[in-house]
Amino acid sequence: MRSDAVQTSVQTAATTSERVTVLTGAGIGRGLAVGPVLRMPEPLPEPESTPSRLTPAAELERASAALGATAADIRARGERAGGAAHDVLEAQAFMAEDPTLADDVEVRVGGGLTAERAVFEAFAGFRDLLVSMGGYMAERATDLNDVSQRVVAHLQGVAAPGIPDPDFAFVLVASDLAPADTALLDLDKVLALVTSEGGPTSHTAILARDKAIVAVVGAAGSLQLSDGETVIVDASTGTVTASPSEDEVSAAEATLAERKARPVAPTGAGRLADGTLIPLLANLGSADAAADAVAKGAEGVGLFRTEFLFLDATSAPTVEAQQEQYTKLLAAFGGKKVVVRALDAGADKPLSFLNDSDEENPALGLRGLRALRANEQVLRDQLTALANAAAVTEADLWVMAPMVSTVEETRYFTSLGRELGLNTLGVMVEVPSAALLADRILADADFASIGTNDLTQYTLAADRLLGSVAAFQDPWHPAVLRLVGEVGRAGVALGKPVGVCGEAAADPLLAVVLTGLGVTSLSMSPAALADVRAELALYTLEQAQTFAGLALAANSAFEARAAVLEATTAPSAP
Amino acid sequence: MTERTATIASSHGLHARPASLFTQAVAKSGVKVNLTKAEGKPVNAASILGIISLGIQSGDTVTLSAEGDNAETVLDELAAMLERDLDAE
Repeated sequence: MRSDAVQTSVQTAATTSERVTVLTGAGIGRGLAVGPVLRMPEPLPEPESTPSRLTPAAELERASAALGATAADIRARGERAGGAAHDVLEAQAFMAEDPTLADDVEVRVGGGLTAERAVFEAFAGFRDLLVSMGGYMAERATDLNDVSQRVVAHLQGVAAPGIPDPDFAFVLVASDLAPADTALLDLDKVLALVTSEGGPTSHTAILARDKAIVAVVGAAGSLQLSDGETVIVDASTGTVTASPSEDEVSAAEATLAERKARPVAPTGAGRLADGTLIPLLANLGSADAAADAVAKGAEGVGLFRTEFLFLDATSAPTVEAQQEQYTKLLAAFGGKKVVVRALDAGADKPLSFLNDSDEENPALGLRGLRALRANEQVLRDQLTALANAAAVTEADLWVMAPMVSTVEETRYFTSLGRELGLNTLGVMVEVPSAALLADRILADADFASIGTNDLTQYTLAADRLLGSVAAFQDPWHPAVLRLVGEVGRAGVALGKPVGVCGEAAADPLLAVVLTGLGVTSLSMSPAALADVRAELALYTLEQAQTFAGLALAANSAFEARAAVLEATTAPSAP
Repeated sequence: MTERTATIASSHGLHARPASLFTQAVAKSGVKVNLTKAEGKPVNAASILGIISLGIQSGDTVTLSAEGDNAETVLDELAAMLERDLDAE
């Protein structure tokens, strides 16, 4: 079955004299870019294991030269990149020069293999060893693969895999990008990202949103674009126009110039066209990012992730150490709302001192509030530190529990929080059971905040970290929206606030739909605030409710998005 | 043959960055140094892959060995390095 989330179409339209191909995918944000395509080189095929026609000595010489040249090349890239990337690349250069690896390669070419095959096998041996060690070491396996591919590319005289690094600005086209690729992305040179796979919550989309890079993801057919070909990438329509006419290019360039000249996006309170207030808040991961969020127009914090305090720790930090960080954060938002999420460990962010058991399905395991409950002192310390910080600052502190799935868990968390001196206690709705029983959960909790990334993962039973099922990870899916609607309806009935703090809130059009479903605040990466604020201002609450009805009535995420897009461009819309 | 034992102080053990700093120091010394964890097989201490593949954790004890005139000085320096928290530097 073809998945709806990446359903795309390739249309060809005849213009005066040439064919224009328009690819469509999911646009991230509202940006526009024009520039030449550079494709991410495909991974190299595994070198053949046919016996060498050269002598072992000649193959060894080839291998040594390629290892040395690759090390020098990686080292030079590291010096250009600087910072954290420099250390990573320096370590990779040493892997290419490694004496143990060289010994291994020598044994293998001695057995009659080609230099390519010997290098490939030697790196694969170490990689398998690291993978078998698990955890941090297994993650380093990617580095080894990268070095291995570079050496083999050098031996074969082909382009090395990895992000192209030319001396001009370009539109990067790839099937999808891995975190290791994006770490080295030079944002001054990348005009836009276009991927053929992945949905709006893929790593590429999250990065693009965070760094405000123009991006269209899941654009099928984009790998057919050739290097150097000019394209127009328009995230607001989710389109990539290949080989545009001169008129189209100059129109796009004029739009770009006009946008550049336009004063910075509207600020002030987030509101719909009829004046309904929808506070726009920031998702933050550290207190240091607070000033930037305020500058970008955040009206407060809708999701403050506290994991950074714990990630490098082998035991939980003290109440005092935590209190200092929370005080710094709350002071930056004097008088404003700050929603802090209690430590959310597990699945994609394991913490050994909370849960070090090896779970078959960590996303369904002892994570979120479940892990905190099993280590109640950690939770008590965190809530105490938060209450102390709130007492010495002016901000309006709200605290919520991650991964709540039952009414009973809600009661546990809110009563513990109140006992420790906190006033406003809520829950994250990420599990379908919590959405379905939102009327009972909100009877006890002061507010709910919907984490659409996990809610989508659990509703569609698709691991959000797994590329092969990324197409299911689309918050436009009517099943996800129906659950959001359940929470929204309960909130309206009980007069309790319902926020959204997942990637869905950062999609301007989906943000409008969410307000139509009863959501009363939206929290996102600060870079997305301006686009969402501008989009909300275009529609009334009644229109948002109409759009929500259209999306709920659709059969798929693709149809839901298309139906709402069509309604926004219909004559009745402004 | 000169030997030194050291207890690993880096908080995450000898993973990529500390291992890289250590193997660079070994390579710079010009002395051929072997490293052994517990009763394991000795690995070339200038080999980052050899070191990483031992999966050395914080608190593990390792043995360094070398031959030659300045082995004493070099091993003293390398053992002292392992006993610092290289992650914190």
